Amino acid sequence: MHVPDGFLDAPTSVATGVVAAGVVAVSLRKARAELDDRTAPLAGLVAAFIFATQMLNFPVAGGTSGHLMGGAIAAVLVGPWTGLLATAVVFLVQCLLFADGGITALGTNVLLMGVVTVAVGWGVFRAVQTVLPKTTAMVPIAAGIGAFVSVPVASVAFVGLYAVGGTADIPLDNLTTAMVGVHLLIGVGEGIITFLAVGSVIAVRPDLVHGARRVLAARELEVRTTRAAA
Amino acid sequence: MGGPHGHQLHFHGHSRVHRAPAHLKILALLAFMLVVVATPRGWYPLYGGHLAALVTVVLLSRVPPVYLLKRMVVEVPFVFFAILLPFVATGPRTEFLGLTVSESGLHAGAALLAKATLGVLASLTLAATTEPQDLLAGLARLRMPVLLVQIMGFMVRYLEVVTDELRRMRIARESRGFTARNPRHWPVLARSFGALFIRSFERGERVHLAMLSRGYTGKMPT
Repeated sequence: MHVPDGFLDAPTSVATGVVAAGVVAVSLRKARAELDDRTAPLAGLVAAFIFATQMLNFPVAGGTSGHLMGGAIAAVLVGPWTGLLATAVVFLVQCLLFADGGITALGTNVLLMGVVTVAVGWGVFRAVQTVLPKTTAMVPIAAGIGAFVSVPVASVAFVGLYAVGGTADIPLDNLTTAMVGVHLLIGVGEGIITFLAVGSVIAVRPDLVHGARRVLAARELEVRTTRAAA
Repeated sequence: MGGPHGHQLHFHGHSRVHRAPAHLKILALLAFMLVVVATPRGWYPLYGGHLAALVTVVLLSRVPPVYLLKRMVVEVPFVFFAILLPFVATGPRTEFLGLTVSESGLHAGAALLAKATLGVLASLTLAATTEPQDLLAGLARLRMPVLLVQIMGFMVRYLEVVTDELRRMRIARESRGFTARNPRHWPVLARSFGALFIRSFERGERVHLAMLSRGYTGKMPT
């Protein structure tokens, strides 16, 4: 859910905008290292993909449904910098062309749902990856855990911003409980869907999954010497 | 692939607002919304002034107000939140429509409702009167990094291709009798995501190769 105009006060909105612009500027340079001159078309298509995944609702119990935030899955699939760039562009387009999320809240939205979910999703993913065995089967599991953690952390970051620049005096402990409680549930969905989706990409095109590169590089060529079936 | 010009929210027209340079419109939207967000709560006459200014622009743009009003549904979740605010906020209590509610929460809820509504309406007006390519050119004139403009350009250009691909997958699933009803159906949807990612990424690679073969060196020809 996008933060609209007027949810946070003007100084906080401007500050988050400046921070978000800084992070995007850094990731512009770093993404070139991930994609070289393919950056523009590929990051653009990845952004379109993230936009589309946010349109596909999956059913949750009792007639409600949710959709992916997509930060963690983007980080695992195309790398953190490209993922960050793509999510930031998604929010920019949603704000300017779809009136979804306020223009003064653009920095807040990029920071919360882009930077935080990508950074936490990727960080947790890498941390879990170092613990688990280095096989391709473990990549989706690490991705799922990263996605699961990224959502509640983003909601905590939101509460933090709200404590600084919120426009209503809601008791913070109540807000934290409500936000984290709801987002733990959403995180479970995000984690499971990310796990399944990354698994389905790994099964077909493991070379496309950025987060699986080290595993693939470490994999040795296996020559099986059993007799060919007659 | 036929279809109307522009994008989902665009309303074709030739008014003064349509013809205004896109970079000025973006700056105007940003400045207007910063003023709105900075307006202290409780200054209700000033909110009326903001609304009057916005309505003037809408009238000048000759976009039917009903067209914009119908598209304001994106705001609905926050309307709920704004209505909830007077009940969850703390502070001195006051009577409102026969209910005892928090006074500061009431004002905050009203201010949030006013600001969010103005924001959605202003953004809708920009989207309705500006074509995507003008918007991109405007952002480039505002010195947004070239690479970012290009990424956004590719996203906008392929947005409908990718969402159409998703739609075709849904039709294919449904024609095989599948409807997602509960979490047990998630694996099927997740595989659609996986397939969509591979198709999008491979399309990106093909587009890049096609561009290279036409002499792309990292800059878009103008």
